[in-house]
Amino acid sequence: MSVDGPTRTFRRQGRVVVVGASLAGLRAAETLREEGFTGALTMIGDEPHGPYDRPPLSKQVLLGKTPADGTALPRRRAIDAEWRLGVAATGLDLTEKRVRLADGQEVGFDRLLIATGTRARPWPRDAEADLDGVFVLRTSDDAARLDQRLAARPRRVLVIGAGFTGSEVASACRERGLEVTVAERGPAPLVGALGGVIGAIAAELQREHGVDLRCCITVTALEGDPAGRLRRAHLSDGTALDVDVAVIALGAMRNTEWLAGSGLGAGPRGVACDAGCRAFDVHGIVTDDIFVAGDVARSPHPLFGYQFLSLEHWGNAVAQAETAAHNMISAGPDRRPHLWVPAFWSAQFGVNIKSVGVPPMGEEIAVTQGSLAEHRFAAAYGFQGRVIAAVSFDHARWIDFYRERIESAAPFPPDFTGVDRPPGGVRPVPADFPDPALPTHGPTVTLSGYSPSDRRVTFTPARA
Amino acid sequence: MRLVVDLNRCQGYAQCAFLAPDVFVMHGEEALMYDPGADETQREQIMRASAACPVQAILVDQVDLAEGALAHVG
Ligand SMILES: Cc1cc2nc3c(=O)[nH]c(=O)nc-3n(C[C@H](O)[C@H](O)[C@H](O)COP(=O)(O)OP(=O)(O)OC[C@H]3O[C@@H](n4cnc5c(N)ncnc54)[C@H](O)[C@@H]3O)c2cc1C
Ligand code: SF4
Repeated sequence: MSVDGPTRTFRRQGRVVVVGASLAGLRAAETLREEGFTGALTMIGDEPHGPYDRPPLSKQVLLGKTPADGTALPRRRAIDAEWRLGVAATGLDLTEKRVRLADGQEVGFDRLLIATGTRARPWPRDAEADLDGVFVLRTSDDAARLDQRLAARPRRVLVIGAGFTGSEVASACRERGLEVTVAERGPAPLVGALGGVIGAIAAELQREHGVDLRCCITVTALEGDPAGRLRRAHLSDGTALDVDVAVIALGAMRNTEWLAGSGLGAGPRGVACDAGCRAFDVHGIVTDDIFVAGDVARSPHPLFGYQFLSLEHWGNAVAQAETAAHNMISAGPDRRPHLWVPAFWSAQFGVNIKSVGVPPMGEEIAVTQGSLAEHRFAAAYGFQGRVIAAVSFDHARWIDFYRERIESAAPFPPDFTGVDRPPGGVRPVPADFPDPALPTHGPTVTLSGYSPSDRRVTFTPARA
Repeated sequence: MRLVVDLNRCQGYAQCAFLAPDVFVMHGEEALMYDPGADETQREQIMRASAACPVQAILVDQVDLAEGALAHVG
């Protein structure tokens, strides 16, 4: 590999700052060291904890099997970093190349990685959100509080929003023998991420497991008692529900506020970057020293028409962090694009759900293996005559097969001769995604901006 | 000891659950539940499970816990 002079010097004695000390930040730091970076490395994180894993928080932790502080991420190697934990980055000066911290200090860098991820979207009314018994779930501290409250056996838990997190919370509650109501604005659980056909199956799963699932409904108010404890929830159909616990699962918001005014193309939809993880500035010009990875990033993908994808996926955070770190210490021709095919898993109601590709791009869906009725199947999503995504319920072994179909733009409807083809043959039906303009808890893949069909001249990183 | 399973890779073949049943448990037909902060006494079984996993989905701490302690210095 050719390493030019400046790159060689940077690798030896440069200064890298990573903001966001979680999955993407840690994996990037390890990759930097792995690939020979020996300069100074600073990890800045606003949580008081070292990097930990979030997916178990809504699964093992809420089932009471793992303590909330027991999900620290394993280390692939020593990273010899200076850790600044418990302090948030509050600003970025691109000219002076400094990160401002909440404690008034500043940290200078030669190259910066932004890995500030997302946070839980809070309940919109503060007074109601502050009631004792109202929870969100994003951090290990959130999980500790919620687990403790569930252990005290509340009479009924209300989960607001039936995306992946809300559905997993409902599943854990049922497994703990608690009464649960799920309120979802859309017509079915998971509908934003997987569409109406799969959403109907997810709804069946919930009801079979004793969830009181109410769709096409919103929670209009949360009511407390005089002591400030949650007592009741009011629903848009005029009914009210006595509840002691409400879990707000309305999706995530990207942590980009600290970049406001910095000149970077950062906003509510994330920090825009090129395929090499380099951030764009507000003019759409790519920077060369600012990199982005993980849930906070949105980047163009050739398999999906160069649309910008914002992914809230564990695997994306890992893969993008590794590519960003590699590119941070490599000269032009040695840099790599981030071409990871989106993939996701969820475990709920005893079923292993996996998806690959970008289901919300799917116009049609066809069950290709197994059967919907048995909740054991694989299904492919089609877009303009090709396979664009797939989903499996307890059929994980096939996911790699579909990934290859997606990567090679295999035709849709698919013509595979699988071993367990569904009895009625493969019949495509509309995938039935809700209008993306309607507010829901949000899909975990968001397509945004700058598609070639999008004829705008000005770069619009944010919609306020 | 700290561990994580890349559940995108995991295909639910359950070898790990046979080799280290106190750490890896199948939940339903193919969803894997594991203890991300397993007891140090499980190390040998976990290493065996990690080596046996056909898709190498199990990542175990490569660093002794001294580095872990460093991570909590503010
Ligand atoms: C309950 C739950 C269950 C999940 N389950 C799954 C699953 O089953 N499958 C799956 O694929 N994915 C799942 N995910 C998603 C997965 O955890 C994320 O994709 C992953 O954590 C993204 O990593 P990240 O490092 O990009 O961001 P994050 O993990 O969000 O980390 C960002 C870090 O930056 C910190 N930070 C933010 N702003 C600042 C600032 N200004 N200064 C300093 N630090 C800052 C944050 O506090 C946080 O520690 C789940 C997430 C949650 C919350
Ligand atoms: S052995 Fe590997 S693939 Fe099989 S269940 Fe365990 S982690 Fe998953």
